[in-house]
Amino acid sequence: MSDLTRMTATKLAGLIKGGDVSAVEVATAHLDRIEAVDPQVHAFLHVDREGALAAAAEVDAGDKSSPLAGVPIAVKDVMATKGVPTTAASKILEGWRPPYDATIVERLRAAGTVMLGKTNMDEFAMGSSTEYSAYGPTNNPWDLGRIPGGSGGGSAASLAAYEAPLAIGTDTGGSIRQPGAVTGTVGAKPTYGGTSRYGLIAFSSSLDTPGPCARNVADAALLHSVIAGHDPRDSTSIAQPVPDVVAAAKRGSEGDLTGVKLGLVKEFAGDGSEPGVLAAFRESLDALVKLGAEVVEVSCPHFQYALPAYYLIAPSECSSNLARFDGVRYGLRTGDDGNRSLEEVMSLTREAGFGPEVKRRIILGTYALSSGYYDAYYGQAQKVRTLITRDFESAFEQVDVLVSPTTPFVAFPFGSRTSDPYQMYLADLFTIPTNLYGGPAISVPCGLSEGLPVGFQVMAPTMADDRMYRVAAALESAVGTFTPPAL
Amino acid sequence: MAAISREEVAHLARLSRLAVTEEELDRFAGQLDVILQSVARIGDVAADDIPPTSHSVPLTNVYRDDVVQPSLTQAEALSGAPDQADGRFRVPRILDEEA
Repeated sequence: MSDLTRMTATKLAGLIKGGDVSAVEVATAHLDRIEAVDPQVHAFLHVDREGALAAAAEVDAGDKSSPLAGVPIAVKDVMATKGVPTTAASKILEGWRPPYDATIVERLRAAGTVMLGKTNMDEFAMGSSTEYSAYGPTNNPWDLGRIPGGSGGGSAASLAAYEAPLAIGTDTGGSIRQPGAVTGTVGAKPTYGGTSRYGLIAFSSSLDTPGPCARNVADAALLHSVIAGHDPRDSTSIAQPVPDVVAAAKRGSEGDLTGVKLGLVKEFAGDGSEPGVLAAFRESLDALVKLGAEVVEVSCPHFQYALPAYYLIAPSECSSNLARFDGVRYGLRTGDDGNRSLEEVMSLTREAGFGPEVKRRIILGTYALSSGYYDAYYGQAQKVRTLITRDFESAFEQVDVLVSPTTPFVAFPFGSRTSDPYQMYLADLFTIPTNLYGGPAISVPCGLSEGLPVGFQVMAPTMADDRMYRVAAALESAVGTFTPPAL
Repeated sequence: MAAISREEVAHLARLSRLAVTEEELDRFAGQLDVILQSVARIGDVAADDIPPTSHSVPLTNVYRDDVVQPSLTQAEALSGAPDQADGRFRVPRILDEEA
């Protein structure tokens, strides 16, 4: 294997800038690696060799001033990429080539990154294992018989398999962080509104947040700084300066957390984490205390209702957002035999194009929004969302960040949670509260349990993304990074 | 007692424009029942006087100046259409023959 695929994005950028290696060589090394290992991993739904080499050649011929010029990147297939297939891992969008770029993709291109291709995911980002992808699951590079997390399992697995040094994910209930945790990689969910949703195929608009995935905290921060910031094309984009996450990660890596207060959520304690996950988490907590941090127990009494609130709010928004897939303007159309009505064709198209989890959520959301149930379900969930936000605000009056395991269990074997959808939902128990609140959170590898990676989650106040990077980088400096067995 | 019946699921599927099969109805009804029973405890929270949060960013309408900006051409907008005619999206009939 070429050494180039083992390097961090920061290192690659430096080598390219210094003329030690060309962007084309770096792209070629990663494309060759994908060709060699992706038949086993299946992290990619589409590899754009031609586009990647052209973009790399352009960097070699021109401007290398951007901090990520020439660095390859994998993009979750939920982001619109002009002329490059974009399916959201659904049959309903098979073969669709968007006529425009998402804002984040536009910024990645402007920064001179080299897009290798589009990564696998649960269909429309609904799931925690990639088992709901219409194109087959992604296999975890740590153990090919286990899930890589979801929905962004392809992005996380592409990093762990050394197919890409950076990737883009999206996090609605944990879809960046949980895959990061179970693949031993770093995944950050920025403050909601801190990264643009323009061109992101919508699942739950009040929660969807694009963010960076990387193999270490400094790379994640660098990617964060390139993609974040106000976008007038997204009406919920925050018009404020992006916190200096790169400086925060650098400061954290110096390993001094003197005076930093870490909040341990009392209500998370009894929530069925595997013993190995808890052990790795507690050891990491001790490591942070050795760096000078102080641990304070805080109470967030409404966190226990976060999962129910999420599974009413997200399906409700999805049932509305996915109404656009009607077989008229793009994507699949089925059953148009010249005799059937528009409504019949629509129903047949959606039946053929959507997979089971998407259908379940559309039906659940339609139920929660229907008259007679609206107040008891959707309305009540929105009120509970207020109470969860207040829990966060009051906790952040006492501590700087909240910490927890990212997910209660390590990568599970395929098929073990698909028959009972609610068992799958439990994977997001610790990640969902942050989405309802809107603040930033990051998952950083903190140890192994039975040979599989465990993630440590740091949650910070809204627009204090820098704070989570500092703590995550400090932890990384203490516990190191984790390398999967060779493929 | 079931939180949701097979008939209700069939009705919701119709509202959602999903031509689900009989087999799917059986499966979804059971699964949705489990999910609904699990999320129903949201009703235990006393929240009558709590304002709802629809969104974590406290924004109202965001306006821009009313000036023409670059957008997709007609050909680009139609590029992914399953069917088109005369520069427009072509759809199956929307009215009955007699109407």
